[in-house]
Amino acid sequence: MKRILIQDTDGNKKKDLRDFAVALTSQLRERNLDGQCQVVTVADLGVYNKGLAARVLPEGFIYKNLEIKNITEIIDKTIIAGQKIDALAFDKKSKQMRVVLRNCGVVDPESFDEYVGNDGYQGLVRALEMGPEQAIAEMKKSGLRGRGGAGFPTWLKWDITRKVSGDVKYIICNGDEGDPGAYMDRSVLEGDPHSVIEGMMIGGFAVGATYGFFYIRAEYPLAVERIQKAINKCYEKGLLGKNILGSNFNFDMEIRLGAGAFVCGEETALIASVEGLRGYPRPRPPFPSVKGLWDKPTVINNVETLANIPYIFAKGGEEFGKIGTEGSKGTKVFAVTGKVRNSGLVEVPMGITLREIVFDIGGGVFENKAIKAIQTGGPSGGVIPEQYFDTPVEYESLQKLGSIMGSGGMIVMDEDDCMVDISKFYLGFCVDESCGKCAPCRIGGTQMLGILTRISEGKGKADDLNKLNQIALAMQKASLCGLGQTAPNPVLSTLKYFAEEYRAHVEDGKCPSGKCASLVSFLIHKDKCTGCGLCARNCPVNVIAGSRQEKYVIDQEKCISCGMCYQVCKFDAVERQ
Amino acid sequence: MVVENLADDVKKVVERWKDKEGNLIMVLHDIQDHYGYVPREAALEISRQLDQPLARIYEVLTFYNYFKLQPPGKFNISVCLGTACYLKGAAALIEEVTRVLHIKEGETTKDGLFHLQIVRCLGCCGLAPVITVDGKVYSAVKRADVMEIIAEHSKNHGQK
Repeated sequence: MKRILIQDTDGNKKKDLRDFAVALTSQLRERNLDGQCQVVTVADLGVYNKGLAARVLPEGFIYKNLEIKNITEIIDKTIIAGQKIDALAFDKKSKQMRVVLRNCGVVDPESFDEYVGNDGYQGLVRALEMGPEQAIAEMKKSGLRGRGGAGFPTWLKWDITRKVSGDVKYIICNGDEGDPGAYMDRSVLEGDPHSVIEGMMIGGFAVGATYGFFYIRAEYPLAVERIQKAINKCYEKGLLGKNILGSNFNFDMEIRLGAGAFVCGEETALIASVEGLRGYPRPRPPFPSVKGLWDKPTVINNVETLANIPYIFAKGGEEFGKIGTEGSKGTKVFAVTGKVRNSGLVEVPMGITLREIVFDIGGGVFENKAIKAIQTGGPSGGVIPEQYFDTPVEYESLQKLGSIMGSGGMIVMDEDDCMVDISKFYLGFCVDESCGKCAPCRIGGTQMLGILTRISEGKGKADDLNKLNQIALAMQKASLCGLGQTAPNPVLSTLKYFAEEYRAHVEDGKCPSGKCASLVSFLIHKDKCTGCGLCARNCPVNVIAGSRQEKYVIDQEKCISCGMCYQVCKFDAVERQ
Repeated sequence: MVVENLADDVKKVVERWKDKEGNLIMVLHDIQDHYGYVPREAALEISRQLDQPLARIYEVLTFYNYFKLQPPGKFNISVCLGTACYLKGAAALIEEVTRVLHIKEGETTKDGLFHLQIVRCLGCCGLAPVITVDGKVYSAVKRADVMEIIAEHSKNHGQK
């Protein structure tokens, strides 16, 4: 049985699609092949702006720019003879590259044997043969930088900790993934727990640590369960404990749970939390590599960083260093969400442009909408407007634009998203999560949020934008930890690129995107209203009244400006003002 | 509240963790997994058995969002206040729940039946606004529907 899957994504080409499908099925029927070949319309094949696309199964050939005249050839060559038609073929060079996610979905995450069967723990074997100095040299060759956001070279972190004298050293895996809209680390912990464990063991060996902690959010119960199972298995197989693989390397590991505090993603706060205390950050220096967990030298690596390490040792640091760009090596996993057609996790080599990620992999935004910006780095990052989408993804280049690489959240925004509202949303998150220890973050955040709320309600004052800038800069300079230092980034970057939107709120009392509820009102045009009553039925507060004859009217006094009527009206009778 | 065997329950947990450094958060996790929240009596007992001042226990308990100090209700109502739901009138739904049940965010009704919590995003923004009751999802909820949803559950429980 053969199947032809026809892609149905482009709304403007509905008729072409229908004609093609009808012609195809009728030709199959004429030639008595309809019992052997099924025609199916599917939502998405991942082929964009290439006309009508279809995929033939079981061969998996993808054809593009299809027209009705191609049908005979497809039936003759592909359906009957099983050959590929090169002239029509769409050879998708995948822009994605799987290093961190190499095993996710490939091996059974609960099977030790399958991981080992896929070169698992080969990196550890090599590292043990090399010895700690060589292992760190290998990391230096690879050029891997921390994937938690700031991009500190991993080898350097290890080297510093190694050179600090001390009888007890620790390594911690930071699995406190708190950015709303990011879930890379969860996917790795759940999908490939052994690679993170192996990475941590290599790290522990290199710095001379004998004990490793997994710090994982309690909100990720499956990740916790799988890591625990994997740790148990390693003890059973002798990979943890004393004299690992016949060497003199001893290493133990355990899980500590987070308890829902965003600030605990910050190194020193995380250490306090592992110690069983409130997650308050401490001033640095001393850095954790010198004085960390229980005042002992401690290395903290992010989940994604650790998942890269077995690959580096199995394939060699030089091989890894070939991926990516000069300053940013390897790949990065992004969680692409928001107003994008295909949301999900993508892993791309560094140096790819933002445009390639959003359009070639993500499929762009939905029809009839203009893309406005993307936001990287969650509440610590900034927005990047459309004119900079050709920037390559690198630590430095994103920083220059006022954003950060971050842990990998990437939120796509279109013309309906108001930048004042977005910065209010992110800042609100940071204010909620601020631990309250230092004044710049505690007071600065609250004051900025107050100003932003005022602006979004149309009560902004002329001096507000200046004041926002001032407070933001003070917070960046004076806050104790990363949370407070980076919390103003969404505000600063939107102020930088979308100042006119702020001004429209303050000076004209208008929200150009129609998102800020207090600044928009909705009106039903009598001449366009057909009296269908759909708006009235969908109104969440029941303030639309009328009848088929009299048409419908919104009670402006009670309207909450949610925009439901505007969205459901099929006749464009509702106007947004 | 009276919990039987509280001292024994706490003892079991403390036994498991007493040799580990920095064990307080893990002990509290285990207690919450057991009771659904951390009762004050349990906190007192932990303080005795770990030989730590009660203030130390509450310092940690109140810092982290995950720990609950009140028993969860029989039915947990979660109203999503993600961006999508917020714009489609989720704030009105919270008001309505508060009006009907007389509980605010994080509180439980006196009969212990309903608990109201506000969540950031349930990840189903296409169905906004969303309310879940013990995992059952109600989509595109209107203010008028709230009463019905509550009634559906209290009826199942043999109350009006």
